[in-house]
Amino acid sequence: MTDGSPAGTGMAGDAAVGDATTISTAPATDLAIETYGLTKRFRSQVAVDGVDLAVPRGAVFGFLGPNGSGKTTTIRLLLGLVAASAGGARVLGADMPRHVDSVLPRVGALVEGPAFSPYLSGVANLRRFDAADRHAPHRTRSARVDEALDRVGLSHAGRKKVHAYSLGMKQRLGIANALLMRRELLVLDEPTNGLDPQGTREVRALIRSLADDGTTVFVSSHLLAEVEQVCSHVGVMSAGRLVAQGTLEEFRAAGEARVLVQTPDAAAARHVLARFGLDVDGDGGGAVVAAHFASTDVAPEAIVAALVADGVRVRGFEVERASLEQRFVELTGEGFDVVQ
Amino acid sequence: MSSDVTSAGRVDGEAGAPAGRVDGEAGVSRPASTARARVIGGTLSLFASELLTLFRRRRTWALLGALALIPILIAVAIRIAGDAPSGRGPAFLGQITENGLFVGITAMVVATPLFLPLTIGVVAGDTIAGEASHGTLRYLLIAPAGRIRLLAVKYAATAVFCAAATLTVVVVGTLIGWALFPVGPVTLLSGATVSVGEGLVRFLAIAAYVTVSMLGMSAIGLFLSTLTTVPVGAMAATAILAVVAQIMGALPQLEWLHPWLFTEYWLGFADLLRQPPVWDSFADNALLQAGYLVVFGALAVSRMVTKDVLS
Repeated sequence: MTDGSPAGTGMAGDAAVGDATTISTAPATDLAIETYGLTKRFRSQVAVDGVDLAVPRGAVFGFLGPNGSGKTTTIRLLLGLVAASAGGARVLGADMPRHVDSVLPRVGALVEGPAFSPYLSGVANLRRFDAADRHAPHRTRSARVDEALDRVGLSHAGRKKVHAYSLGMKQRLGIANALLMRRELLVLDEPTNGLDPQGTREVRALIRSLADDGTTVFVSSHLLAEVEQVCSHVGVMSAGRLVAQGTLEEFRAAGEARVLVQTPDAAAARHVLARFGLDVDGDGGGAVVAAHFASTDVAPEAIVAALVADGVRVRGFEVERASLEQRFVELTGEGFDVVQ
Repeated sequence: MSSDVTSAGRVDGEAGAPAGRVDGEAGVSRPASTARARVIGGTLSLFASELLTLFRRRRTWALLGALALIPILIAVAIRIAGDAPSGRGPAFLGQITENGLFVGITAMVVATPLFLPLTIGVVAGDTIAGEASHGTLRYLLIAPAGRIRLLAVKYAATAVFCAAATLTVVVVGTLIGWALFPVGPVTLLSGATVSVGEGLVRFLAIAAYVTVSMLGMSAIGLFLSTLTTVPVGAMAATAILAVVAQIMGALPQLEWLHPWLFTEYWLGFADLLRQPPVWDSFADNALLQAGYLVVFGALAVSRMVTKDVLS
């Protein structure tokens, strides 16, 4: 779990030069994406504030954050679409945006939703984007476009004009565009947006199969259940800062667990739990006694045994681990307000 | 997203992988000449794709159709209403009843001040702003098309459209004139007469002249298009500039400014109808348009390479 260090943002103007030399002398890293003090200011507003991302090669990295937390701006920075105000980024081992031409052919991306020329067919749109990549071989273009469409289940609609596509079909076409070539890194911004439940499942399966092939997948989402199912690593953005990142296990472990005892003998149960050194919640007067279960050296079964030995009538016992959602809310705050 | 995802992936990989691997090493170990050949080949491929996109669009054909209407309207009106009183109406109008080949030239005189800049302004203003408004600019850039390469290809496609637009006026004009009026040897401004064949060559030279005339304005449109994500804004601004430049060109008080206006030589193509043809205005025009291309091309490049693509 790293926090955007103020040191990163401090090296404003000359950061790109200074940091680049430092990093190139360091041993080659196995990071697919690495940012240091990455910052983007739009006039008075700081959209991305000193972000230090580290995405290992081969990982499926879930990039989480509420709306307006800077996820998409970070992705734009990584792809060289916008220039950093301070700090920098390395993608597949090369500085961005300086090496855009050699890095981007190895990266497939879906950024802020799919976008196509509505007056062209799905196939024509894909061919056009493929032609824009001068490294994409011309003679395999048709075959690759057909493969990509087939892979997202759009073969039958490829000849239709895109303006006749539904949101979900456009989303599938956007994913197909990212898959036109074999990529080392896939950046998928909200890939399941607008998809039906089947489509969502298919995207999950697709991400898994790509990851099995060794592709690093960087997937931004606000659908936590989604991320929990496919990701090996997680990073959380809030108000432009990266407030946490690590493996999914580390991330979950950092959240707190609670013990819930359902019993008519609340007072006695409380007493037992306190004896284990657990922080028991205030007297709710109800049939459920809850306690924070922070330390892992207490075995849940020992607690149950002690409760029963003390004559507490246990009707239910549960150890509740923090879900990703709870952890997410802890980090990013409650409420509906878009963070400014 | 088919169920046999992995097998599809393997086929996909076979197609894509060799190229991907070549790329990785290209910058370091490959001979520069091969790399350059690939850059040129890739750029031609992108240019072909851009032309295909432009001419597959219904709007492009609507614009060309509107331009084709000008000579058709002129020819039909004269056919029905007869000759205009001499000295009135646009240049060459009087010659049409004697020689139908002049329909194309008359239409060019009518189209050059407004209709032609309007249609070309639509295409030039749409170049970058249109992609930005559809969101396709970001996907072209992460393909990666390369910012300067994309700009160059967009400009080249606009130039092709300029040629298509002027040829539409001249060719449709000549054809409709041929259909509705007698056709014969062409009497030039200097009084000399040339054969129909040479007359047609002169008309093609005029189409080339007008195409060159529009290149400076296209560069202005390209630059304006990099400034906004609203294509209509860039289109309107380009057309308005063409009108404003012509108004300034009509004011004798601004005579010192006239040689610098991109519209200054727009109607100078009559010099190509002298015997022998006078190429001075063609050369002056070409130089002026090249100057505009350099200045606004440079502005467009500097804007494009520093632009934050947020659309």
